[in-house]
Amino acid sequence: MNMPLQPILTVPVRQLSPLALADLANECRQALGNGSRLLAFYGRPEADRWLVTAVLLTPASGLRVLRATAAPGESYPALTPSFPAVQILERELWEQTGLVPKEHPWLKPVRFEGARQGRTAEYPFFSVRGEEIHEVGVGPIHASVIEPGHFRFMCHGERVMHLEIQLGYQHRGVERLLLGRPPLTLASQVESIAGDTSIAYAWGYCAAVEALGDARIPMAVNVVRGIALELERIAMHLVALGGLATDIAFLQGGATYGRLRTAIINATMRVCGSRFGRGWLRPGGVRHAIHDGHRRDLLETLTAFSADMTEVDALMLGARSVQSRFKGVGTLSRTAALDLGIVGLAARASGVGIDTRQALPGELYATHPTETLTEDSGDCWARLVLRMREIDAAVRWLRTVLQDSRQDLNTGAPVPPRVLAGSTLCVCLCEGFRGPVLQALETGADGQLVHYKVQDPSLFNWFALAQAVRDNEISDFPICNKSFDLSYCGNDL
Amino acid sequence: MLNNIRVRVSQGTQYIKDPRKAVPVGLRGKPLVAPHACQSGCRACVDACPVRAIALDPVRIDLGRCVMCGDCEPVCPSHKLSFNSDFQVASTTPAGLVVSADRPAPDPVQVSAALKQRFGRSLKLRSVSAGGCNGCELEVNALGNVNFDLGRYGIDVVASPRHADALVLTGPITRNMAGPLQLCWEAMPEPKLVIAVGACAISGSPFEHPDAIDRQFVQQFRPSLYIPGCPAHPLSIVCGLLDLLGIAS
Repeated sequence: MNMPLQPILTVPVRQLSPLALADLANECRQALGNGSRLLAFYGRPEADRWLVTAVLLTPASGLRVLRATAAPGESYPALTPSFPAVQILERELWEQTGLVPKEHPWLKPVRFEGARQGRTAEYPFFSVRGEEIHEVGVGPIHASVIEPGHFRFMCHGERVMHLEIQLGYQHRGVERLLLGRPPLTLASQVESIAGDTSIAYAWGYCAAVEALGDARIPMAVNVVRGIALELERIAMHLVALGGLATDIAFLQGGATYGRLRTAIINATMRVCGSRFGRGWLRPGGVRHAIHDGHRRDLLETLTAFSADMTEVDALMLGARSVQSRFKGVGTLSRTAALDLGIVGLAARASGVGIDTRQALPGELYATHPTETLTEDSGDCWARLVLRMREIDAAVRWLRTVLQDSRQDLNTGAPVPPRVLAGSTLCVCLCEGFRGPVLQALETGADGQLVHYKVQDPSLFNWFALAQAVRDNEISDFPICNKSFDLSYCGNDL
Repeated sequence: MLNNIRVRVSQGTQYIKDPRKAVPVGLRGKPLVAPHACQSGCRACVDACPVRAIALDPVRIDLGRCVMCGDCEPVCPSHKLSFNSDFQVASTTPAGLVVSADRPAPDPVQVSAALKQRFGRSLKLRSVSAGGCNGCELEVNALGNVNFDLGRYGIDVVASPRHADALVLTGPITRNMAGPLQLCWEAMPEPKLVIAVGACAISGSPFEHPDAIDRQFVQQFRPSLYIPGCPAHPLSIVCGLLDLLGIAS
């Protein structure tokens, strides 16, 4: 049997013979032309130069890493004009390192970090000219309880011609902060990088330090982590469903999804002490095993949950008011989704069936496969329906695993690695509810971290939201935004 | 119509009758410091704490910094530290949030006669996330769901600072949000107060960053209520608010 492709790659740095920056860009150009995806493209300072890393996903062979070295201020021919999907990565590289992608059509700050902090007023907004054009600015602070971000609509009457999304208000300097403590003690900080995706982040981080420390992780641990991840997926999809219902004043949906989410996150808390799964995953294992009592509790919770979920989903999907509000609104075509390189649920709702759990299953998902579900219409309706279907699929997966009495879930205490391999790069992906969370950790000769790259799936998807709103009405924006349900702090770091 | 009724029947009665008496099974809430002595020279808990919440001689935990991750508990060779499901952890001063063997609970929230008179029957909240991770934001949102139902006490989140009495601050206050936060505060009519929700808002922990965080706002406008947690549990928030305003539950 072939080994399943792994969502993780560990490479000694000496094996990465650095190219010139322009050559790296060329290699990436070729790989992208051959169907690879560029997952990350970032730099770190070394001596008085920049080391640039490109992480590629090749469909047949999995993860691949390339490296280049560049002088400060160096430029290279931008990839974005040929491959719009990398627009945000080239912008991020430019903002973090000053390396210039020449002819980049949209070279604007991603999150106003470093010397740009506090200068959000300088954002170079696109402007639509015309006597009857008006602009509407919203945020950074919004009307409900939500993270900050600025949205500027350029409109003709009620019709949105263009939406520009300016983020960065949540920038906490996370990547640098993570270098300030020993690499095995970062779990609780990692859990609140995007605090609604605690499990996916913690899992990626744990897997990376475990790979760097050559720790062997038993299957039982990975199954418990998989259970935690699906509970998080259900809970967070319910947040979006509740928000969508409330946004269209379908109050019975809002109230019921809120209550159902409480049931799921309280079950998570009964296992691990936190409604968000904080403190559950730690390097070397999980701090809270799922013993037989938890197993019964989770199964009972899921049984009660799915009966009520089916009922309220049917009510919502059957209501004409709901259909007329969501169908055909905020449409992102399959072509646009592919061009923009978007990921996760938003991509799948536009008919692009990508899911790390299927593409890079590792042992866990090779043994317990998940379903990759898609919708074709790419509108708010598709994202609504797909969330419901993904919740159902997560419940099925959880039941299968929890009912399998041969599957031991009584893990012992975590056994963290003692030391991490020196001068090694580890890239790790974990498919959270929004899509793949990527973390890349690099150690120096002493085994301490010299770089910690964090990438939330939202980084790719915000631009897709802006596209989806075009030619819709301003009043449709809240449901478009909620249907994507992207992370602000995950983007801003 | 029948489907509506069916969903309504399944919904049942969900509200927590008396939040002060609720039992959140499994919650890792307030830390407990046992009275027995530490091994001499041991500082395992201090080293394990990711947010510098623990001080020694005697062992003290600052709930204003603590993220209740539990990382300290298994490393203590004397089994001195543990957590229980107590969620009543709010206090009216940051100093009141420090617990130790001698002071097992934070200083109880002081009922403010002035606040009770003004806001005891109606308190409108404006939520500002200034670098929050969406953990506390989701829990503040949960206050309005059918379980916690904060609206029954006359406390609601409103959509404009013009309508608000209290600014609910979450997040450590990023430099990029310091300006908008200040603008929001200035847009709120007097009398008004600040409520700090979560470890980030209270102390900047776990995201204290010399360059990216700007704490001037909370230094200038002292919060009237500090609600610990990472994220703060909705019951901690509800009970903190009820205690501050002297509202019976």
